[in-house]
Amino acid sequence: MLRKTLWIATTALLSALGTAHAADTVKLGMVAELSGAGAPAGTNWRDGIKIAAEEINAEGGILGKKVQIDEYDTQTDPQVSRALVQKAIDGGAYVILGTIYSGSTMVNMLVAQQNSMPQFVGSESPAVVQKGNPFVFRTSSGAQKGVPALTAYFKDTLKAKTVGVAWVNNEFGKGGHTVFLKEMEKAGIKVIADVPSEQAQTDYAADVAKLKQAAPDAVFVYMNQEESARFLIEAKKQSLAMPLVGEVTLTEAKVIELAAGSAEGAIAHVGLTATATDVPGIAAFATKFEATFKRKPTHDAIKGYIGAWTTKYVTEMVGKFDGEAFSTRMHGLCLKVADHPKILMDTCWDDTGEMSRPSFMVQVKNGTPVVIGQVPAN
Amino acid sequence: MSQFLQVMLSGLATGSIYALVAIGFTLVWQAAQTVNFAQGEFVMLPAFFVLAAMKLLGMPFWSALLLGLAISLLVLGLLFKKLIVEPILPHGGITLIIATMALGILLKESVKEFYSAEAQPFPSLFPARHLDFHGAVLSLQDIFNLVLCLAIVVSLTLFLNRTRTGRCMQATAQNPAVAEILGVNVKRMILYTFLINAGLAAIASFLITPVYLAKFSNGESLGLIAFIAAIVGGFNQIRGALVGGLLIGVLDNLTATYVTAEYRAALPLVLLIAVILVRPQGLLGTKEGRAV
Repeated sequence: MLRKTLWIATTALLSALGTAHAADTVKLGMVAELSGAGAPAGTNWRDGIKIAAEEINAEGGILGKKVQIDEYDTQTDPQVSRALVQKAIDGGAYVILGTIYSGSTMVNMLVAQQNSMPQFVGSESPAVVQKGNPFVFRTSSGAQKGVPALTAYFKDTLKAKTVGVAWVNNEFGKGGHTVFLKEMEKAGIKVIADVPSEQAQTDYAADVAKLKQAAPDAVFVYMNQEESARFLIEAKKQSLAMPLVGEVTLTEAKVIELAAGSAEGAIAHVGLTATATDVPGIAAFATKFEATFKRKPTHDAIKGYIGAWTTKYVTEMVGKFDGEAFSTRMHGLCLKVADHPKILMDTCWDDTGEMSRPSFMVQVKNGTPVVIGQVPAN
Repeated sequence: MSQFLQVMLSGLATGSIYALVAIGFTLVWQAAQTVNFAQGEFVMLPAFFVLAAMKLLGMPFWSALLLGLAISLLVLGLLFKKLIVEPILPHGGITLIIATMALGILLKESVKEFYSAEAQPFPSLFPARHLDFHGAVLSLQDIFNLVLCLAIVVSLTLFLNRTRTGRCMQATAQNPAVAEILGVNVKRMILYTFLINAGLAAIASFLITPVYLAKFSNGESLGLIAFIAAIVGGFNQIRGALVGGLLIGVLDNLTATYVTAEYRAALPLVLLIAVILVRPQGLLGTKEGRAV
């Protein structure tokens, strides 16, 4: 009898504790590329979110509930990412944070949509916000916004008449490639070498040789991080002389670390950069990130950080944990740094989930991306 | 012309590294009559030994390189033979093949778990300088890679054919029982074969990682290409593996430059099918007999 009573009492106590814990926390499902080709992006995304979660909890959580980050590793596999978004939802996530790779996001965002779950993504393919999904929101501009910001640089600064384009043949690369070709046509710049490569490709000798033979005035490099680094190493090996200009990834900290001296002189348009230290919020984030993880943050880390903080800001505007209300509030929303300091820069989202904010042109000098210009929000 | 030269040289340089890995396949085949499907991971791992020595022990690059080579000989040569091959071989070649597949996964996942899932930079053995040749800017790194690999293959061939130990290894490969009757220390000869394979894998690792970057998944494509190179060239001949490796390296670059970049990954497989249909023993392989 005593054993039975104890058993019931213990079970009741544990259930109560479990319920109390669940009631006191809100789960954010962090679904990202923690291994595989996308690991540099995914791990930074995760670590940015971790810093945000720590700060949010220090400020009392979201609507009084502590934030709990549940991590899911997609292994940079779209099908795995789809299953993991479902798993995160089944696990009680309130918002999905991820994925980064557009190929994965295109597959898994349907699962979040079916469950009316808001999803912040690091993906930059134009297609992500062109599918009419009301629950998907970017943390950085899509290629259709970022790449056009480069047109003026090619035309006015480099005064290029001809360009080459080296791009990775995945969802991310295809999106940027298409936009770039259109932009060059509009600007009257001739694309004389169009060189696609595969994701996780290791040998870029032929790609660089083709660009070298074509001898354009400049080359637009649109690849993921590891591929960008390998391309830069090969470009240096073959003494590719013309300016190498990229969008976002080409001057990322991880790319510079991997390519070392080969990254010197590379130029890129970046939505966010930890080296924009004249922006107070970014400087503070970069300092905290470096102190915590003993490495410099990439733009993916800042994107993850912003995604988590936006979750807090918008949920508290809505006043309840409601995915549909959250998504409705996000459309057409502008968050000002003056009112929401952890958004880092004034940011707006349109009705498709696309976002806009000021951006930067950077160049790698002495192993560090240095801001060489600011581009207004478009 | 300059583009052709550049592409050819890069292809030969990469192909020569494939050849080193492919030779490893043929050596293990001769010694244990099995296919080591962890061969790609054997090439991935030594670079991480070097990086770990630099990071954890604070060793300078060249000392770390020597330590990495020594650990590779110990782990991928001696321990591989003692802990995997010797206990499993009596149960049949297929069992051992499956064991090497499992070993490949274990090595890959271990690096991911205990070192990093992210790619790591790896210093180059050679200076990043260039050489002008008939209008083409040729990378010294490519030239050194090619020369070093060819020198290793020539030295290995001379060792196997011109030295007593090399001939004993040949005898062991051809008929271990008879070799033992003739006084050859068969176990030692087999050990030598595994050590040479480990050494070749380590050198291939040190040469290719500065360009490919050090990553746990590097062995997947390398192992597959080298395996195909060994079959294309002739699985039972070192010179076959050399030819297969160079051929794939050059054709891959030529295809990507002049035909299609999108389908370049399919080229080794197309080549493999063609060789199997026309000359199943490989371009330089023999239909029977085993010789290292």
